Amino acid sequence: MEKKILEILRSNSRIAAEEMAVMLGTTADVIRETIQNLENKGVILGYDTLIDWEKTECENVTAYIEVKVTPQRGQGFDKVAERVYQYPQVLACSLMSGGFDLFVVVEGRTMKEVALFVAEKLAPIDSVLSTATHFVLKKYKENGIIFNRVLKDDREAVVL
Amino acid sequence: MNMKEKIKPHILATPPSGIRKYFDLINEMKDAISLGIGEPDFETPWSIREEGIYSLEKGKTFYSSNAGFIELRYEIANYMKNRFNLEYNPQSEILVTVGGSEAIDITLRAFAGPGDEVVIPEPSFVAYKGCTLFTGATPVPVELKAEDRFKLKPRQLLDAITDKTKAIIIGYPNNPTGATMDYDDYKAIVEVLKDKDIMVISDEIYAELTYRGRHASIAQFPEMKEKTIVINGFSKAFAMTGWRLGFACGQPDVMEQLKKIHQYAIMCAPTTAQFAAVEALKNGEPEVRRMVEEYNRRRLVMVDGFRKAGLDCFEPVGAFYVFPDLRSTGLSSDEFCERLLMEEKVLMVPGNAFGDSGEGFARATYATSLDNIREALARIRRFVDKVKS
Repeated sequence: MEKKILEILRSNSRIAAEEMAVMLGTTADVIRETIQNLENKGVILGYDTLIDWEKTECENVTAYIEVKVTPQRGQGFDKVAERVYQYPQVLACSLMSGGFDLFVVVEGRTMKEVALFVAEKLAPIDSVLSTATHFVLKKYKENGIIFNRVLKDDREAVVL
Repeated sequence: MNMKEKIKPHILATPPSGIRKYFDLINEMKDAISLGIGEPDFETPWSIREEGIYSLEKGKTFYSSNAGFIELRYEIANYMKNRFNLEYNPQSEILVTVGGSEAIDITLRAFAGPGDEVVIPEPSFVAYKGCTLFTGATPVPVELKAEDRFKLKPRQLLDAITDKTKAIIIGYPNNPTGATMDYDDYKAIVEVLKDKDIMVISDEIYAELTYRGRHASIAQFPEMKEKTIVINGFSKAFAMTGWRLGFACGQPDVMEQLKKIHQYAIMCAPTTAQFAAVEALKNGEPEVRRMVEEYNRRRLVMVDGFRKAGLDCFEPVGAFYVFPDLRSTGLSSDEFCERLLMEEKVLMVPGNAFGDSGEGFARATYATSLDNIREALARIRRFVDKVKS
């Protein structure tokens, strides 16, 4: 049940408990209780909204930053990751395999603002060896959703 | 000179599908919601489309062998074995056709003609009757009942069979009712048919869209395998309607003859579609599961919605149709659907378009978005309240 609820919420977190109950053959109370439980356990951490900012007045810039760091004795990468993700500008931060260590997503109002954040906050952290900043020019797809795609039902009438 | 008069009487006498006029009406309307279209609302999964594109880029634009690419026939053989436990030899027992529709047509042409009878359980896909009439044979309807959950019952079948019966067309999961027949349901049917020389045309195009239990085929009974043509295809399971690709499976002596009709009438099925279909069978399974999962959620929402609107509705566990009972409204199928369309701008197809026994019912498809389904159900509920008050 938990898995099925998570699968549905993942693609639509606004769905009503009553409707989910119909889909899963249970009651709305059971659905609400299960979701509450998943929230309490920290399985469900939040409900965010996928926004195409390009279509709004608010022009944001996003940068994907590769960060190389020296792991610290006894704490590995966790300590430095913690220093990085505390900044509100940091939207995401992951430990990576391969050519660099931390993958950091930063959002700001302008490229300059993001670049300054990297230069003044991120790069000077003690164990940070290097950073490589890549600005997002255009988003095509995020969270499985394709941007700028007009979904129009133009199936023609067919007799069957 | 009026050339129409020269057209053969049995063609002229075949009525056009009753679905058409509603589609013409809805085309004129704004904000109308169609629950009328019997095809997936999903696009063909990308990896399948991509194989079609690659084949074009590589200049693979030639005919295939008449029966279809042998690679595709091997994949079909594997698929039929793995999914339905049916074994067919790709060399001699599988024919790739232009949709399931062509397979229905050529099988009927091979087995039925003037003076013959073809048993057709109804309500059913409109082409069964139409294609039968084109052969000059007489369709003999079997009226399936809501209280039987629109399953075919042996008694009814036996009553319909005469010494002129040459074929019977069974279509489960069913369009328009969404009914299915499981293995045990077929047992009694097999008892009726096993000693008779009647060809069974089993249209299993919706086989993958089975939401409870496993899809069963009458060909799974050893005593029926030789007497059954199993028809399936890519349209519904893989959301490939426009590609026009299906297939027929049966014993080699029969398939050889079907191939002859296919050869002269069609040559071969579209090859771009055949390349794409190989990918569908090799790697399409997860995408099929994803779509089936989504259909299933919508199915449950739709059945629940009709019941809450005050219409009796048996729970269909196949295809992507719901077939609610309208009789409590006191309206005929046509009255209900016409008024629903004019007053609430929702299109459902009157059940009698699929045979007389569909009267009192209407078909709604959930091959449309949940948003559409929710809004349509709200309008239907409002309409039923109004009619009943």
